[in-house]
Amino acid sequence: MQWSRQLVLVLVTGLGFGVVASLLVEWGNPPNMGFCIACFLRDITGAIGLHDKVHYLRPEPVGLVLGAFIAAIAFGEFRARGGSSPLVRFLLGAFVMIGALVFLGCPVRALLRLAGGDLNGLTALVGIVCGVLVGIFLLKRGFNLGRATRTFAISGWIMPVLMVGVIILAIFTPWFIDQENRAAHAAPAVSLLAGLGVGVLAQRTRLCFVGGWRDLFLIRDVHLFAGIAAFFVAAFICNLALGHVTWGFVGQPIAHDDHLWNFLSMVLVGLGATLLGGCPLRQLILSGEGDADAGVTILGLIVGAAVAHNFFLSSSPSGVSDWGPVAVIAGLAFMFAVGFLMRDDV
Amino acid sequence: MPNVKGVTMIEVDARGFSCPIPVVKTQKAIENNPGSLLVVLVESTVSKENVSRMAQSKGYSVEVEEIVDGFRLKLIPS
Repeated sequence: MQWSRQLVLVLVTGLGFGVVASLLVEWGNPPNMGFCIACFLRDITGAIGLHDKVHYLRPEPVGLVLGAFIAAIAFGEFRARGGSSPLVRFLLGAFVMIGALVFLGCPVRALLRLAGGDLNGLTALVGIVCGVLVGIFLLKRGFNLGRATRTFAISGWIMPVLMVGVIILAIFTPWFIDQENRAAHAAPAVSLLAGLGVGVLAQRTRLCFVGGWRDLFLIRDVHLFAGIAAFFVAAFICNLALGHVTWGFVGQPIAHDDHLWNFLSMVLVGLGATLLGGCPLRQLILSGEGDADAGVTILGLIVGAAVAHNFFLSSSPSGVSDWGPVAVIAGLAFMFAVGFLMRDDV
Repeated sequence: MPNVKGVTMIEVDARGFSCPIPVVKTQKAIENNPGSLLVVLVESTVSKENVSRMAQSKGYSVEVEEIVDGFRLKLIPS
């Protein structure tokens, strides 16, 4: 039966991804940040000079896109498409990134923080679920971003080619790539291989750290949720074995314990990702499958990271910034506006 | 709303929409037309899988036909 085969595959993907995410910390990535799509895109954004905070040409997102690209080609699922509200998607992506940088993590890292004992991850999960529920309400009212259309193949190749460009930058390090004070990281080849492996499996299983919650509440389907649950269990057990679990809200690595803004920033992320049709990881995977709209969303995430750091919106371990909460409120206002106004009559 | 052998047939054209929109549109059509035969047009394999799974969970059997720009799913009420 196809359903059970899919369930097994998504469980294996979640378990494997969780183990790899935990091991990457052991191998050099920052604590509770074996994998974080928002943080890693932010690091790439810094490495190419769009902000001057944390920087490193992270191989993991590159691997995710290229892994998805390889899998999509191999299984005949690569389809160049686009044209579904690109400007709205760009801004949704930017606000999702700002929300993630106020909390200090995307939906993947929210689970990894919890798997490392950081109880602020629970606050984030409640925020994500609330955001998803608001998103489902809007979807049921008829919200959508319009139809995409098939387009020229080159359009679908742009994101994978840009990712190859990141590898070339990492190898040749031209003058504008700052090689000093790079963020903590595992060996680049290991990170790239991890990204490739997860990218292939995530493309096959449609793994999504917001879609899991969405499908659970929207259609009572546990398929994607099983993947993220398996991811959490595997990361937690692996962290226990490696001695990486320290329970508490206070003093957690690369984290703050401002509960209100941890919650609201992740409402923003959960809602934005639901309106976009997937979390930042899923957007990377879709961009590797030829989805130019997902590519635009990634560019939105990157610009969001630059804005968050250049305009002091992102948080730090000492707490939220003065303007981060304002940006979160602005993001929620934007999402409610498009959520209510972009709808078919149903 | 075509009528085949006395059975009302509803068509949902969800081509071009990415998930979860095809699922939401199909779910809405099922709620509004209980017991009707539905034909759902989707573009991607993901949408085909998601709509099929949702329909099967609601007791429909699903026949899939590949068409030029995607898939034609016939959802037959039990």
